[in-house]
Amino acid sequence: MLTFEIAKTHLLSKPKQTLVAMMGVTFGIGMFIAMVSLMTGLNNFTEELTMTSTPDIRIFNDITRERLSLAEEWNPEGINQVHHQKPKNETAKLRNAFQIASDIRTNPMVLGAAPQLSSQVFYNYGPVQLNGMIAGVDIMEEDKLFDLRAKIKSGRLEDLLSTPDGLIMGSGLARKLNVQVGDRVVITTPQGFTMSLRIVGVFQMGLGAIDNIKSYANISTVQNIMQKDRSYITEINIKLKDTHQAKPLAQEMEKVYGYRAEDWETANATMLTGVVVRNIMTYSVSITLLIVAGFGIYNILNMTIYNKMKDIAILKATGFASNDVREIFLIQSLVIGFLGSLLGLMVGFGLSYLISLAPFDGGEFISITQLPVNFSPTYYIIGIIFGVSTTAIAGYMPARKAGKIDPIEILRGV
Amino acid sequence: MKTVLKTHKINKYFYEPERFQVLKGIDLSVQKGEFLSLVGKSGCGKSTLMYVLSTMDTDYEGDLEINETRLTGKKQNELAKFRNEHIGFIFQFHFLLPEFTALQNVMLPAMKLGKYSKAEVEERAYEKLRILGMHDQALKASSKLSGGQQQRVAIARALINDPTVIMGDEPTGNLDSYNTQVVFDILKQLTREFGQTIIAVTHDDEFAANTDRIVEMSDGSILS
Repeated sequence: MLTFEIAKTHLLSKPKQTLVAMMGVTFGIGMFIAMVSLMTGLNNFTEELTMTSTPDIRIFNDITRERLSLAEEWNPEGINQVHHQKPKNETAKLRNAFQIASDIRTNPMVLGAAPQLSSQVFYNYGPVQLNGMIAGVDIMEEDKLFDLRAKIKSGRLEDLLSTPDGLIMGSGLARKLNVQVGDRVVITTPQGFTMSLRIVGVFQMGLGAIDNIKSYANISTVQNIMQKDRSYITEINIKLKDTHQAKPLAQEMEKVYGYRAEDWETANATMLTGVVVRNIMTYSVSITLLIVAGFGIYNILNMTIYNKMKDIAILKATGFASNDVREIFLIQSLVIGFLGSLLGLMVGFGLSYLISLAPFDGGEFISITQLPVNFSPTYYIIGIIFGVSTTAIAGYMPARKAGKIDPIEILRGV
Repeated sequence: MKTVLKTHKINKYFYEPERFQVLKGIDLSVQKGEFLSLVGKSGCGKSTLMYVLSTMDTDYEGDLEINETRLTGKKQNELAKFRNEHIGFIFQFHFLLPEFTALQNVMLPAMKLGKYSKAEVEERAYEKLRILGMHDQALKASSKLSGGQQQRVAIARALINDPTVIMGDEPTGNLDSYNTQVVFDILKQLTREFGQTIIAVTHDDEFAANTDRIVEMSDGSILS
């Protein structure tokens, strides 16, 4: 193509200027890739962490839920005003929890359903007293849901089955109490019940909010601590094969079993908001960078066209139409945009690779040694589309101006 | 003799700084193979007339016909295509594209025309450069050539599509007397040997005196 040849010659005859224009785009795209990789890496990492520690659906008895007042029950047609209604005095117990759980397991979309009960407790070890919680679980079923086996730092999962007073403790909690596998800790419930338990394992989810407070014990142990009967279960945790089915399925379960069923999106609304805010930030900064690069291209192309007025006049005199001239300059900006973006992708990849190598201490909050970086190709495709379209827009205006140049004014006005 | 260019009552006005008639009822016809020079004082309208004849200026009244095609009222894109095929240009300041070699400069209008393959165009470009004695400079960057050489390359470029008319705006205006002679001889040779029609605007009385026909203009009208 002739216009392409001319554009190529123009670009190659001023390599420095071409390079500077390209660097603008490269910088913009490179930063975009680096930022988006880090941000989405963090998002995915926290989401994954949260997903490994929270169930897709949690069924529990929501005793704080609004209920009909007696007046409304008796006189549904009338105007009723009930102020300051007290919650009904009922326990958080799920009736027939084990039957519900085995019924849920028959659903082909469900990966596993684990009934459990949990209580607030104080952990005592010598003079140290820490607030936390204890969950009574069927440890094998829990392992199926959260892959607990992979998170055991010391001790064995199976030991809990053979130890009626056993306890698998969060790593942060164990460190604060300064205890190891084999040690005994005394726990106290808010009701004042005290019991001595032996630590058979230590787990680490990687999330401070869990590792610092939570312990697992057998269902019967926790029922003992809470002084409840053998059928006392407060919640059923469910994992699905496809996480995104949680919302509709939760609504269905709520209808069938009459208990509150909460899906993970509702439970982690704060985290999801954080993701949205981070995405908005990433894209707004990147778009700003690209607009700056776009202005750079606009300026350079304007200057080039000003310097090439005579050439444009000559091309038009010898039979090149306005379209051809516009094409010549549009091609130049597209080539700058494309090569600049391509280089930007490489720079971005390099930057994100360096970031992924840099040591980073997550502290108490999350246990990581390096920043999580996402190398998904999606953002590289977005990057190149971004880069090329910005330069196309920035190049179009000067190119159109070049096409409109009147050759006579230049040829005569020397 | 065949008439290749004909105008009928061409009027043109300038509106800046105030309305002013530059061309007054120009009637002109040019025969094939004629070497015509347009002369006159500065501001008499000879350059303006040439740009109207060249189809680049479309803001006029009257009729323009080249090679039996009426060009008045055609669209810019059609005119560009027509110029490419039928009109060759030679300017006072050479106006080669500085990034390209002499050969590429000559080839460009032919590549635009797209009638021949690239190899054929290159062969034809060499042929034209040979007529002008420039074939041994073909691969030099055009900015490295001297003024006279550049003008000869520009003439080769004007010839590449075998145009109906070659138009020159002071084709020797920027050359020393030796190169003026060389360029003039080449133009003359083109009309004699190839039957090329040439219209040249000039200040140079000696140049004009040696052409086939002198058209003198004054205040926007043709005197003779």
